[in-house]
Amino acid sequence: MSATIATMEKATGAMSAAELASARHSRETVGDFTTANPRMTCRDVDVWYGSKQAIKGVSLDIGKNEVVSMIGPSGCGKSTFLRSLNRMNDTIVGCRVTGSIKLDGQEIYDKGLDPVPLRARVGMVFQKPNPFPKSIYENVAYGSRIHGLTNNKAELDGLVESSLQKAGLWNEVKDRLDQPGTGLSGGQQQRLCIARTIAVSPEVILMDEPCSALDPIATAIIEELIDELRQNYSIAIVTHSMQQAARVSQRTAYFHLGDLIEVGETNQIFTNPQHKLTEDYITGRFG
Amino acid sequence: MYAWILILLLLAVMAVAYQLGIRRAISSAGGFSRINTLHSLPAYYGLYAALWAGIPSLLLMGIWIGFQDQIVASLVTANLSSDLLDGQSAGHVNLILNDIKNLATGNIVSVNVTPEIQAAADQFARLERIANWSMWLAVLAVALGGMAYAWQKTEPRMRARNRVESIVLLIMVICSLIAILTTLGIVLSVLFESLRFFQMISPLEFFFGTEWSPQIAMRTDQVGASGAFGAIPLFTGTLMVSLIAMLVAVPIGLMSAIYLSEYASRHIRAIAKPVIEVLAGIPTVVYGFFAALTVAPVIRDLGAAIGLQVASESALAAGLVMGIMIIPFVSSLSDDVINAVPQSMRDGSYALGATQSETIRRVIIPAALPGIVGGILLAISRAIGETMIVVMAAGMAANLTANPLDSVTTVTVQIVTLLTGDQEFDSAKTLAAFALGLTLFLVTLTLNIIALSIVRKYREQYE
Repeated sequence: MSATIATMEKATGAMSAAELASARHSRETVGDFTTANPRMTCRDVDVWYGSKQAIKGVSLDIGKNEVVSMIGPSGCGKSTFLRSLNRMNDTIVGCRVTGSIKLDGQEIYDKGLDPVPLRARVGMVFQKPNPFPKSIYENVAYGSRIHGLTNNKAELDGLVESSLQKAGLWNEVKDRLDQPGTGLSGGQQQRLCIARTIAVSPEVILMDEPCSALDPIATAIIEELIDELRQNYSIAIVTHSMQQAARVSQRTAYFHLGDLIEVGETNQIFTNPQHKLTEDYITGRFG
Repeated sequence: MYAWILILLLLAVMAVAYQLGIRRAISSAGGFSRINTLHSLPAYYGLYAALWAGIPSLLLMGIWIGFQDQIVASLVTANLSSDLLDGQSAGHVNLILNDIKNLATGNIVSVNVTPEIQAAADQFARLERIANWSMWLAVLAVALGGMAYAWQKTEPRMRARNRVESIVLLIMVICSLIAILTTLGIVLSVLFESLRFFQMISPLEFFFGTEWSPQIAMRTDQVGASGAFGAIPLFTGTLMVSLIAMLVAVPIGLMSAIYLSEYASRHIRAIAKPVIEVLAGIPTVVYGFFAALTVAPVIRDLGAAIGLQVASESALAAGLVMGIMIIPFVSSLSDDVINAVPQSMRDGSYALGATQSETIRRVIIPAALPGIVGGILLAISRAIGETMIVVMAAGMAANLTANPLDSVTTVTVQIVTLLTGDQEFDSAKTLAAFALGLTLFLVTLTLNIIALSIVRKYREQYE
């Protein structure tokens, strides 16, 4: 404990007054966790699995048209935090979330709020591509069929085409829309999952290590896609690859053992980390 | 002398051989200190010796016991005077032989004991004694010979470990061959008896005839013994009972599987799943009298109350109870395949804003469908082959009807009745049972093959 305080003191030396205030507010977070134009705002979020606390008082904003990356060693809680942003944690028995998470000013853990439509507004792409065992067309049309987004076949066709185009997959699959989505390559499957998510017009897209099961070429394509998607969506991405965080995100948050240690402009985090732990992780001393 | 004493003795010889094998191995290596010059651990040399002592001798003993009776009997009959045997059928000779055996072992005999029979019995007893003693000697000699062989073979370079393992492998191969050959034997015997049947009754009549009345005239002037072998009524009866059973089992089994695998808490699941599986452990005969004594009367009374004519043994009663019996098949297999659908499918669907029931209906069931269909096909073949419930509850009348309130009969019921009659074994009536059995076997075999290939294909999809 004394070691953390010591590192805190060392880190605060280089901070402005505003940063100091926010650092005090969020217990240990170094840097500014707010953003000028927030889509989601999280304040003092705790996540518990039974009696084990996985996330400790994390405050973080996700801005409009930006990519926020979350990095940190395994088990640091970054995936847990991500899954609490669209209440996917509700499906885990014994998981409890306290604190405030707002989407466009609306509390998402409000008792009156139905998590099901929330998940259409906050979409999610998973670590391993998980297309449904249906045709490519049906994979993309799935959300629309559930939510009744389109009124007729022509509209649905249009939605499928535009979603696949936004995901950069259309040219590769337009001649075989009726073939199973599971027959695509790994990178194509992941883009299919992104197309499926885009098709329900979410505001925020959460990505949980979307490239960790892909080869470098497929990864490059997805990263390019993420950059394009930023025009229309807010994106929060969990990644194990620091290079990826540096390439795709505007802001980076470093998690360690359930604490949000440091957050800031991606450039600044990677070139001039303030906190000892962040520096150690980025320079490869552990993790 | 009793055979089991000989077996005990053989086991003792094997134990001795084991010990001797170990000692021999150690001494051939040059004592405990040089034990690492042996190719294998000493125990393998012991096992090697024990197997050599035990297996050939046990094989010899089995063969000997198998043939001894026949040889002794043929020796005894050869000595019987010709006027006792001449002009007698094979069955009668067997009868005489039986009497001789009974006399020799001191049991009750069916004929007057003539001096000749008495002499034959004495000879029989003497031959049996000689045969027994020579078996003892031969078996023990082989056991000791095997032990000596192993003893002589044992030396440090001998790969006892590999040899023991290949002997064990051989034993396992023989065991699996027994299972396969038995199945083959059953199939072939059913096949050949069926062919005999089809020589008497044309397959055309059997497979397409609509009248089933397997009574064959035993005397020429007998009445009411037309002998019609059209199996269509049996097939339709089987189909109807199975269909009713599946109408009960598939929805109930599938729904309970979905509830248990998707909705039920771990606590409920831990209790409910074994309870449902208990249904599969109830003996079918219990289901049978439940159907005949409880369900059938209830259905009849219900039918009477709303003005329907219901037979007291109805396809409906048998089908309903059989459906209950099959529920665990459907639910357990479906539960397994639903659980095998990866969690990532559910997550993907939830993340698009689908509710749990939408996810189940649109993603999980379609993904699990091949496996569920496989499970249902297995359940159907179980339903078609089920006997006890239909024997007790569906009736015997071979009605060609589509009315489930009527009494019907099934292939399995007819096999039972055909073989429990008092006909001679080579009559068309008895042989018809084999033809029915063959048909049944082919149908269930086909269903099983289809079901297994569907299930296997489905498994490959996610692994």
